[in-house]
Amino acid sequence: MSELWYDLEPFLQQGTLGLVNGAFYAILSLGLAVIFGMLNVVNFAHGAQFMLGAFVAWMLLNWAGIGYWGALVFAPLIVGLFGVVIERMMIARLYKLDHLYGLLLTFGLALIIEGLMRNAFGSSGLPYEVPEAFRIPPVDLGYMLMPAYRFWIVVVSLFVCLGTWYAIEKTKLGSYLRAAVERPKLVQAFGINVPQMMTATYGAGVALAAFAGVLAAPVYSVNPAMGANFIIIVFAVVVIGGMGSILGSIVTGYILGVIEGFTRVFYPEASATVVFVIMAIVLLVRPTGLFGRA
Amino acid sequence: MRITRRTLLTGTAAAGALPLVTPLRHARAQAANTIRIGVLNDQSGLYRDLTGPGSTQAVRLAVQESGITTRGVNVEVAEADHQNKPDVGSTVVRQWLDRDGFDVIVDVPTSSVALAVNTLVRERNKVFLCSGAATSDLTGSACSPNTIHWTYDTWMLARGTGGAMVAAGGRTWFFITADYAFGHALERDVSNFVRAAGGEVLGSVRTPFPGTTDFSSFLVQAQRSRAQVIGLANAGGDTINSIKQAAEFGITRRGQRLAGLLIFISDVHALGLQTAQGLVLTATFYWDLNENTREFTRRLGRMPNDVRPSMIHAGCYSAVLHYLKAVEAMGVQAAKASGAAVVERMKAMPTDDICFGKGTIRQDGRKIHPAYLFEVKSPQESRAPWDYYKLLQTIPADQAFRPLNEGGCPLVRT
Amino acid sequence: MPRAQAIALALLVAFIAAAPFLLFPVYVMKVLCFALYACAFNLLLGYAGLLSFGHAAYFGMGSYLSAHAAKVWGFTPELAIVTGGLTATVLGAAFGYLAIRRQGIYFAMITLALAQMVYFFCVQAPFTGGEDGIQAVPRGALLGVLDLTPDFTLYWVVAAVFLAGFLFLYRIVHSPFGQVLKAIRDNEPRAISLGYRSDDYKLLAFVLSAAIAGIAGGTKAIVFQIATLTDVNWPMSGEAVLMTLLGGIGTLFGPVVGALIIVTLQAELAQFGAWVTVIQGVIFVACVLAFRRGVVGELQQAIRRPL
Repeated sequence: MSELWYDLEPFLQQGTLGLVNGAFYAILSLGLAVIFGMLNVVNFAHGAQFMLGAFVAWMLLNWAGIGYWGALVFAPLIVGLFGVVIERMMIARLYKLDHLYGLLLTFGLALIIEGLMRNAFGSSGLPYEVPEAFRIPPVDLGYMLMPAYRFWIVVVSLFVCLGTWYAIEKTKLGSYLRAAVERPKLVQAFGINVPQMMTATYGAGVALAAFAGVLAAPVYSVNPAMGANFIIIVFAVVVIGGMGSILGSIVTGYILGVIEGFTRVFYPEASATVVFVIMAIVLLVRPTGLFGRA
Repeated sequence: MRITRRTLLTGTAAAGALPLVTPLRHARAQAANTIRIGVLNDQSGLYRDLTGPGSTQAVRLAVQESGITTRGVNVEVAEADHQNKPDVGSTVVRQWLDRDGFDVIVDVPTSSVALAVNTLVRERNKVFLCSGAATSDLTGSACSPNTIHWTYDTWMLARGTGGAMVAAGGRTWFFITADYAFGHALERDVSNFVRAAGGEVLGSVRTPFPGTTDFSSFLVQAQRSRAQVIGLANAGGDTINSIKQAAEFGITRRGQRLAGLLIFISDVHALGLQTAQGLVLTATFYWDLNENTREFTRRLGRMPNDVRPSMIHAGCYSAVLHYLKAVEAMGVQAAKASGAAVVERMKAMPTDDICFGKGTIRQDGRKIHPAYLFEVKSPQESRAPWDYYKLLQTIPADQAFRPLNEGGCPLVRT
Repeated sequence: MPRAQAIALALLVAFIAAAPFLLFPVYVMKVLCFALYACAFNLLLGYAGLLSFGHAAYFGMGSYLSAHAAKVWGFTPELAIVTGGLTATVLGAAFGYLAIRRQGIYFAMITLALAQMVYFFCVQAPFTGGEDGIQAVPRGALLGVLDLTPDFTLYWVVAAVFLAGFLFLYRIVHSPFGQVLKAIRDNEPRAISLGYRSDDYKLLAFVLSAAIAGIAGGTKAIVFQIATLTDVNWPMSGEAVLMTLLGGIGTLFGPVVGALIIVTLQAELAQFGAWVTVIQGVIFVACVLAFRRGVVGELQQAIRRPL
């Protein structure tokens, strides 16, 4: 028993830690999937908006004295509002064009946001502490000691992801949204303001990214490049899950986090590449992704 | 042709691009008594805070303090951003040297760019004063009669942290190593020092580079090893993330110590003392080390993003100051004629400045000065902004850098 | 060749012939290498409607293999460049096979992810020299005879490589093959219903584009005598997109103009410090919002002739 336990222990440890990474993948890919599903725009600025969330949390703390809990509410609101402005001023003009242009525009936006933050705050990053409430001794899981804050990440991300999924798939508002994607003219004819709904959706997707940014601030380095490191992996997650599939991106996010964790047990060097390998395999076997409709 | 608003816009854009091209055409007249200094570094990327505009500021201070301009010599300082791209850096340096008659290139972080500049400067017989890059190849297999490697290098960092840590009681080690040549080399060098000093390496884990944000799994493996010291053979954002997450997992609180192998004061600032406290690192300069270094910081004045000078900034100052002394000693004409001759002269003269104190330059182009093992203070110990380090140990100049005969530099005659 | 294009080509050749006397040759060579790279990219985006976000992989591997061949295997420069081109061809065939299974945005993301795998490989593989890159690559002697060390001599070789590549692409675009590509771009189901195996056409276009990107990368390695991770990292893919978009997607001369502007901007902004990324971003946004056709695209709209 004890020997088997010793062999299993690393897997349990890494799997648990992988779940934390998976939580970030899930929220970020969920935001991308919502925006893509509803607006047909690949939001390349998603990583930059994630980074903005973390920076706004820092600004709230250092300039306005608003701590972590306040930031968790206000940072997504502020960044989401910024997303709304961008959608109104720029993205809304592109809906009739090939989605390529949406991708290029948001790519340009990402460059601008990152460059400006670098000019304003330098490149090495800013400090952000783990909030007071979580500075308690780590939780003993039997096979490892897990900092309380990491538990919080997993719990809150599950809550947010399932909430979003529920809002889109099970509520009336969600059904309008889905209908507007399929037949915008018809839905408009029923008296629903479709452009406004699109704007709100983009804002919500961006707010999700910013929310993940605030969650990440106490554990990851808060620097202008923090989103760029994530975005490409998250793209792969979305492709694996099936683009536009809400549930697909959530489930794939967590699963990939755990797989990445397992890889770290027996072949740590490959843990960053494993996502792309899985993507290649999935595309060969199921080109629409795991949860995508053909 | 129908003129629309679109065409006008395009025309304006094209016309706007033209004047950008024209300056490339004029070869400036070679002024016989003008020394041109080009500061090439990262102004927009990862290394902006520790090199960047601060280096130019330090170079300008050196020019001003040398007083050479009051004695009839013109000195021009230009700066450029290589964006950490070797081809951009290479184009800038070729233009500076081939067309604009620059005499000396300063700073150049990012080893790929520094090695490219090293070759270009040597071919054109100019001077390269390298402060920003870490690779010890610059005074080893790639050493050049036209290059002086001023501030620090990987060997010195490994020696300082690896050797001195064992003496300070960190006998067993575990490495978290970024999985690329730089990380491997750093791990290998430090391991050698640890073993030489009687320590033991218990193991290591390779982290994918780039693309690792979460180091917790690797930290947990390090924790399992029960090593006294966790060596971070990585750089930049990787180091910051590993330290931040180590604090989160309470690794230092449970008695293991973290040793940063390539970490600068701007990184410590980014982490905050709460997170970085207890971290051990090696540097050749710290702004608050003594009266002289504080004086340097005062003279430098306010810096971009309000940072304090890094050792790289100090190196740029010190190197240019010494360079201008050599130029004055041999005359501007002779100095412009041969970069190797200037470097030869610089090697012959002892160095002395407020940043590094007295020092020398070795035959292989290595500037020699003491190094310091620092520990990052706790928030309670820190009494002022940027009051971050306490000195653990001074590594004397003659032990701080790789011995002359071990580098494999072809310039060294045995 | 239509008259407008003939005039434009004559202007281009005249510019290339006069440039080294007026401008700094290394700078012009850089423009030519990137122009060829952007033209190769444009074959896919502009004529086959496939947005590859991973062209850095072919450019970078071309650059690495050429540098390695010239430095370690002692190949003459023309053979080194061919080696780079062949490497990119093989890589392009493998990746293209995977990527063409999806369209549009999916295609873009897959190419990006595959290119990232190449980047990881290059960071790890010993022959690339890690973050130091392959340094001090000899320029060598053309066919073992003509010494290419002087910039001025090398310039004509680079100019010849560029013109050959450019005319080759012109030939492809205006061949029956090119016509089918455009048909697929505009309406793929219809092209298929007419009996064209669109996947085969797309794959061939992908491979050709990768091959020329590899040659551009190889030439760059010989010019700058270095091959580094920058060549293979994803911002390099972004640059191809930027140059093409700015110059004009689907125009013959657009990528060349785009490359000229971007390389000039980088060289000039290098003297001004930190604003490079911001300005590049602003160009992206401005192009997408205000003039999607790009410089050459707007021009051809104005004169109503394809360029």
